Amino acid sequence: MSDAETPPDFDPVAPNTGEEFEPVDVFPDSDDFDLRPGADSCYKCSTCDTNCPVAEVDDDFPGPKFQGPEQWRLKQSDDDHEIDDSVMDCSNCMRCDNACPSGVPLSQMHNTARGEYVSEQMDKLSVEYIRNRILANYRTSAFLASKVPRLANFAMNFGPARWVMEKTMGITSERDFPAFAKQTFRDWWADRGGQAQSRENARAARRRRGLPEDADKKVAYFHGCYSNYNTPEVGKAMVRVYEEFGYEVVAPEQKCSGTPMFANGMLDDARRHAETNVSSMSELVDEGYHAIASCTSCSMALRQEYPELFDIDGIDKVAENTFEAVEYLRIHEDLKGEVQAADVDGDLAEEFAYHAPCHSRNQGLDRQAVELFRDLDGAEVEDVGDSCSGISGTYGWKEEKYEKSMEIGEEMFEHMEHAEGETGMTECPTCAMQMEHGSGYEIRHPLELLEAALVE
Amino acid sequence: MAIESEVLVIGGGLGGLTSALAAAREGADVRLVSYKQSTLRQASGLVDVLGYTPDGDGPLTDPYEAIPTLPAEHPYRKVGVQTVRDALSLFDDAVPTYEGDHTDANALLPTHGGSIKPTARYPAGASAGLASDTRDTLLVGIEEMVDFDAPHVAAHLDATGVPFDVRGETIRFPGDLRADAKVTRYAKLLDTNSEVAVRGRMVPAREALAQRVNPLLEDEQRVGFPAILGDDNPGAIRDALSDHLGVDVFEVPMGPPSLPGLRLEDALFAALDEAGASIETGNPVVDFEGEDRIEKVFIEKNGARIPNSADQYVLATGGFVGKGVESDREGVYEPVFDCHVPHAADRYDWFEGELFGDHEFARYGVATDDDLRPLDASDDREFENLRAAGSVLGGYDFAAEKSGSGVSIATGYAAGQRAAQEAR
Repeated sequence: MSDAETPPDFDPVAPNTGEEFEPVDVFPDSDDFDLRPGADSCYKCSTCDTNCPVAEVDDDFPGPKFQGPEQWRLKQSDDDHEIDDSVMDCSNCMRCDNACPSGVPLSQMHNTARGEYVSEQMDKLSVEYIRNRILANYRTSAFLASKVPRLANFAMNFGPARWVMEKTMGITSERDFPAFAKQTFRDWWADRGGQAQSRENARAARRRRGLPEDADKKVAYFHGCYSNYNTPEVGKAMVRVYEEFGYEVVAPEQKCSGTPMFANGMLDDARRHAETNVSSMSELVDEGYHAIASCTSCSMALRQEYPELFDIDGIDKVAENTFEAVEYLRIHEDLKGEVQAADVDGDLAEEFAYHAPCHSRNQGLDRQAVELFRDLDGAEVEDVGDSCSGISGTYGWKEEKYEKSMEIGEEMFEHMEHAEGETGMTECPTCAMQMEHGSGYEIRHPLELLEAALVE
Repeated sequence: MAIESEVLVIGGGLGGLTSALAAAREGADVRLVSYKQSTLRQASGLVDVLGYTPDGDGPLTDPYEAIPTLPAEHPYRKVGVQTVRDALSLFDDAVPTYEGDHTDANALLPTHGGSIKPTARYPAGASAGLASDTRDTLLVGIEEMVDFDAPHVAAHLDATGVPFDVRGETIRFPGDLRADAKVTRYAKLLDTNSEVAVRGRMVPAREALAQRVNPLLEDEQRVGFPAILGDDNPGAIRDALSDHLGVDVFEVPMGPPSLPGLRLEDALFAALDEAGASIETGNPVVDFEGEDRIEKVFIEKNGARIPNSADQYVLATGGFVGKGVESDREGVYEPVFDCHVPHAADRYDWFEGELFGDHEFARYGVATDDDLRPLDASDDREFENLRAAGSVLGGYDFAAEKSGSGVSIATGYAAGQRAAQEAR
């Protein structure tokens, strides 16, 4: 009952979940961008295309199936095939990943294709390249702006300056730049006493909860750029909620997660930042910490994009030990029970119009906030549907993409309009920007509601 | 700690969704976890119960009448005719946009290949297209959509002997979309009724589409389009087109990716949400803990293992296509709990030489007792708190019988309801 030949080692279905596969190291040793992994598993059901928010509104965008497996095939059959420039229209929402019944790692292929396009085909002196690079390196701009927040807040939204930015750089003047906080999260954290203070708070909470005072509960907070420079209240909420459960928090050295860089094909920039992040997080993981992120794009990057794109020491270990902030508590604490027993009043006793970011969706967290707060007295969280918000990080900041971005978001705006509440809620800072821009609502993070419900 | 519920359903297809819905309506705290998006996106959206007997007799007029004559190992025989009826009632209640519940008889629906399919429930959007209806029909294909060649489909339908005249015409979709525009692109345009350019003039999409079809219409009393007429507002789009054309409009179900499947998925998830269940998609269940009883299962997320525990579990992970049943050169297996899958020892006995032959593999899946609990090789229960539903079950060939949706709904309903009762 056997075939004449031994089966080959090559498994056309790899990588499938649960099976080991070698990550593609695209930088810096070689310029070989390998779009191959998993491409052969694509059987063209096109389900990925039904998930693409860009293809839904843009006649010129050929969709995720083309950007990934098709480009790979074209490259194989035609030596002169160059990556199609439409790959720059992909917003990196990563919804296609969740769709593929065959486990084709579509977003990895798109990231790789974009990397190749930018590295080999894009004019490094072009306005588009320079603009994308500035947008992708938001952390650098934010770092500088945070030194003079008041001036920056004024200058970045100064009409004539914005007109010039649009005309010369292609950064839309339609949007308001996010305000920079007067005190960054890290400054607050240091002023408050850093790790030592957190240890003290955690111990006090453990005593209150009747836990052993030296319980091994510690997490490393990956706050990301946005909660550091723009919304430190989210970072503070994270710290307070975790301490309330008896966790000691550390805020290790970190750079940008890389999400805006992946989306702009700036893989060498992303790698530099990833190296710092992986190195500081993997040391902590060795000491028993878990990495916790409050921004779902940051957790997505650490969990999925890093190991898919880079081969850095400790990268898998960091991926396996990274969690979204609320998710981690759901796994390790009786979060549901505590929320059910709690109530909120005051500022956050609200009805919220909740939007699940694409990157939370891809981690299976799109229903988390709605389900968790179902039984919380004093607040209601209503899901505004499964449409993408449309901004996708830097995408909606580009002058030529602005209208598409708003067209994608239209469905969400409408649902927000129909929702009971007039305050928005989401985990993603750029989705929050888009929600605010389209509806005028103030937007909060689930951690803030959790803080209001659980922390005295 | 783990993420806890009373009933944990693994799988987000028709079987899993029905199971979770039945359990939630029974009052249980239910959580549904699914690796990928529901396979309903790849399904036609038609709900077949039984179109043909295992011997190939049919199309059957009354599926309920034929169920008691099925082989003893068939899932319908395990749950019984009444459960099939009850399960469909649950479906009718959860998805009110479907029709066909007024009669036990199968409806006959034209397919995008031009054949006629016996089916028990169909979307309202397909109802004006019934093959038993004698009104003359115009089918309209879209030039860019090669999956639906209207003149070809019309010729095929005519050859099946339908009791009406049918003609096919092909148009360019107004707005001149790209050659491989996504079905969602058409749907979005029609949903929002956005303006498209027609000969230099901007016209709302619905009106523009009707304008293209109007001159082609002769004496036909109904017009069929491939299923691209909207995602969020299909009813409103059909009404608008009917008004403009002065005749009834219907959709012909299409292959994947399928808008009727997407709409059905949305309706079932909404019903599940309303019933208070928790839902998570995007990550697979890869492992479990427990001996005679399953204590907890692990969901894998990029290497992290997230524990989920429940009192009762339902396995609804699908068949070979959905990867709920897998095979290699050594054998056939169920990958999550390693439940026994009865199959021939020699893999050359798994299939026949003929393409449409009586392949054994088509019936491979876990075997269960009458309570839908998977059985091991010696016919003992694998786990006391595990039931199986949908295509992961063996003993039937859904493709040949046209029974896939019905078996998923009936066994999902039974497994979910019993799991909930036991968890209470």
